Amino acid sequence: MKATDIKDPEYFHKVVDCQHACPAHTPVPEYIRLIAEEKYTEAYMINWDSNVFPGVLGRTCDRPCEPACRRGRIDGKDEEPVAICRLKRVAADNKGDVKSLMPIGPFKPNGKKIALIGAGPASLTVARDLAPLGYEIHLYDEQKLGGGFMRSQIPSFRLPETVLNEEVNYILDLGIHTHFNHYVKSLKETLSKDYDAVFVGSGAPKGRDLDIPGRKDGAANIHIGINWLANVAFEHTAKVGKKVIVLGGGNTAMDCCRTARRLGGDEVKVVVRSPFAEMKASPWEKEDAAHEDIPIIDNHVPKSFVVENGVLKGMTFEKVTAEYDKDGKRKLVPVGGPDVFIEADDVLIAVGQENSFPWIERDLGIEFDKWDMPKVDEVTFASTNSKVFFGGDSAWGPKNVITAVAHGHQAAISIDLMCRGEVLTVRPSPYVNLVSQKMGIHEWAYDSQVVTDKRYVVPQAEKKLTLSDRKKEVELGFNGLTGFKEAERCLNCDIQTVFTTDKCIECDACVDICPTACISFTENADESDLRSMLKMPAKNLTQDLYVSDILPTKRVMVKDENVCLHCGLCAERCPTSAWDMQKFFYNVTKAHTGCASHK
Amino acid sequence: MTYVRPKFRHPELPKNKLGYTVDYYEGALSTLCAGCGHDSISAGIIQAAYEMNIEPHKLAKLSGIGCSSKTPAYFLSNSHGFNSVHGRMPSVATGANLANRDLTYFGVSGDGDTASIGMGQFVHVIRRALNMTYIVMNNGCYGLTKGQDSATADQGSKNKSGNVNLFESIDLASLAIELGATFVAQSFSGDKTQLVPLIKAAMNHPGFAFINVISPCVTFNNNMGSTKSYDYVREHVGATATVDFVPEMQEIIVEYGKGTHKNVTMHDGSVIQLHKLSEDWNPLDRQSAMNAVINSKAKNEILTGLLYVNPDAHDLHHMIKTSDKPLNTLTKEQLCPGSEMLSEINADLR
Repeated sequence: MKATDIKDPEYFHKVVDCQHACPAHTPVPEYIRLIAEEKYTEAYMINWDSNVFPGVLGRTCDRPCEPACRRGRIDGKDEEPVAICRLKRVAADNKGDVKSLMPIGPFKPNGKKIALIGAGPASLTVARDLAPLGYEIHLYDEQKLGGGFMRSQIPSFRLPETVLNEEVNYILDLGIHTHFNHYVKSLKETLSKDYDAVFVGSGAPKGRDLDIPGRKDGAANIHIGINWLANVAFEHTAKVGKKVIVLGGGNTAMDCCRTARRLGGDEVKVVVRSPFAEMKASPWEKEDAAHEDIPIIDNHVPKSFVVENGVLKGMTFEKVTAEYDKDGKRKLVPVGGPDVFIEADDVLIAVGQENSFPWIERDLGIEFDKWDMPKVDEVTFASTNSKVFFGGDSAWGPKNVITAVAHGHQAAISIDLMCRGEVLTVRPSPYVNLVSQKMGIHEWAYDSQVVTDKRYVVPQAEKKLTLSDRKKEVELGFNGLTGFKEAERCLNCDIQTVFTTDKCIECDACVDICPTACISFTENADESDLRSMLKMPAKNLTQDLYVSDILPTKRVMVKDENVCLHCGLCAERCPTSAWDMQKFFYNVTKAHTGCASHK
Repeated sequence: MTYVRPKFRHPELPKNKLGYTVDYYEGALSTLCAGCGHDSISAGIIQAAYEMNIEPHKLAKLSGIGCSSKTPAYFLSNSHGFNSVHGRMPSVATGANLANRDLTYFGVSGDGDTASIGMGQFVHVIRRALNMTYIVMNNGCYGLTKGQDSATADQGSKNKSGNVNLFESIDLASLAIELGATFVAQSFSGDKTQLVPLIKAAMNHPGFAFINVISPCVTFNNNMGSTKSYDYVREHVGATATVDFVPEMQEIIVEYGKGTHKNVTMHDGSVIQLHKLSEDWNPLDRQSAMNAVINSKAKNEILTGLLYVNPDAHDLHHMIKTSDKPLNTLTKEQLCPGSEMLSEINADLR
């Protein structure tokens, strides 16, 4: 193998599994260390820079970082990832004054005007990144408040309105021109208003319906999940029947069933076509539903709504079982037997949502594909109309808040580049730093000891209280002490093991001391051979091998990054400091921080 | 600050025949200098014990005084240990071995502990053919007292402060062969592929097995001009052969040219496989082993690998005809069979 080029920031970035997995590449270990040091404000600001909504995401994020967390791999048994998401909330809950650390307007206008359509996380991110540069931002939304689906679809018992308002207002306070209660009917009309660019962040607003017998007759008691949640959020709906069926297995279904429990649903059941294990909902959301006495009935395909005398009585389902062909493709096969009838006063349909652009005229130079989705560049987020950009769910369909934020950052960079007449495809480099952590023979500037604490559970408010009040937040969050203990579980993967070939005397000290057998000295070979030649075979192909230059004995040092604990023992036992522990800081450049030509 | 090793190990560590992973044979975290060759040897011992499926409670590790003699704290925590008086490890080992012949005895010593203060003990334990493995972690200096030349420092070798050693060195391997040790090997701490099979073969050997391991002192004797530095040893190392130790006879798959490989079958059917044999060397012949060592020295080469083995060796218990049962398990009835038996014996002598 060729020697690893550690000058390429992407190599070490990939070692920081959580940060790499985060769509916005939040510097996770850095803020976790700050939380352990009780520097909550600083931890919050690192988050705010990267993901804009730390308080919201600390409660509701889909947490792609956690399955990626190295901690989950290091014992091959029951070790769970660090509770990254809930630690973020600790920073948000305990922070001091952050407003003074944010850009403070008024900003010197640069003469450019941008329209943002939809006031969800993607648009708000664009607004935050561009406003400090002097752009005049006009934000349109059909609702009376900003936040998009963070407000309309995430129930208050998961995300208190105060938290959302606070973080939305940090952005609106930058001098954003808001046009709420304003549904944009025509993109043509918007484009005609001399905007320099238009960003479409209108989400995936159309809930999928279920066209099966009885749908029309029972319409009064059959609701589209996301619309129903929005009606609850904006207080148009305050009640639901005693018996409720929620159709679907995603997180929206979980929000629907738990909301229904709070609006009078005593017998709420989730019915899903797929097997339980394959449901799209996050495992913790399924747990929370179960905790609120909501059964999840899997392998049931909806067949019809049963309506008698104009009143919905329930639904019939066909029982199926999942079978897989040799490519692993799933097929739901009926098991036979009579249909299953389940009683219901109300049915909530949460079987997916779609994009919908009835308001975009098709003669504006914006190309749409065969699924009627706009053609959007994956790097620049530009459409085929050079002035129009897409991001968030409206770009490629429903994802999540953190993805929308990541899109927003990149779209903001593109808009800024476009307005300055620069090439969109030349993206700003990330901000990178690599600093030794050595303080003495056995001393490092980070907590190198690996604790054995199991993942701490976030305490919840009493069920009796939370089920009786829709707005009562269920999760109480970690307190400072538990937050510290959980933060100490972090392996500090951003403290990199940096190897200097010409200092190595090949004494084997690092090989002998490494608790997880990551380091080998061996003859060089192709990657596939090399992986099997190591002290422990490197079977996790998603994790890179760190390969040195050729050493005096004609061997190479090979480190399998997979289960490295970043404990620093290799560097402590290295007599020549050929190994060093160096803190790697990687931050995605944002429009307002990065572009050098801005003065 | 880390003086503690993390609890986590690689999740896919294989288990040996006893169901233990290699970490079961580990010891405390070493407090020797970073990069010390001794730590590599400790790791080799851990690996060898793991691969030999040693039941930890069936092994006793013994040592004297010195950096080397600290190492038993850093391996085989679940075994018996005795850290004895400076240079007196052989006596303690002899006592222990006589009392309980069922254990595997593993002595660790250094060049000071063996070639200076313990020289008298060393030569006599060889003469006694005690069934043990005796490893010298040989760094050519007194590391624990800041690196003065030891008795194994080569004549002409330069120490850290630039002084050249005027005295002839003691060659422990030659001495061991000379005095009748039945397994003699030499190795280098930086070459575990050689060291581990040698340790395994030595532990399996039914008599006195001696391994002299060059182990650079990274703090006091790793300088230019030293003949025991990592660089010097790597540049001057030669080998009698590559060594493999196979606990039970297996089919040999690798084909070597005629005359370049040799299998030495041990008393229990296990095999030492030797490949790429150097010329004019026969591991079963003391004379040729002595010659090989002397010839290498003349070429300024450090000869490593197996030097000499006598697969039919016998140990002290065999020579003095002790009971097959360990003495410490004999009961009072067995040891004092009573006056009737005494009269019978006396009658025989009349």
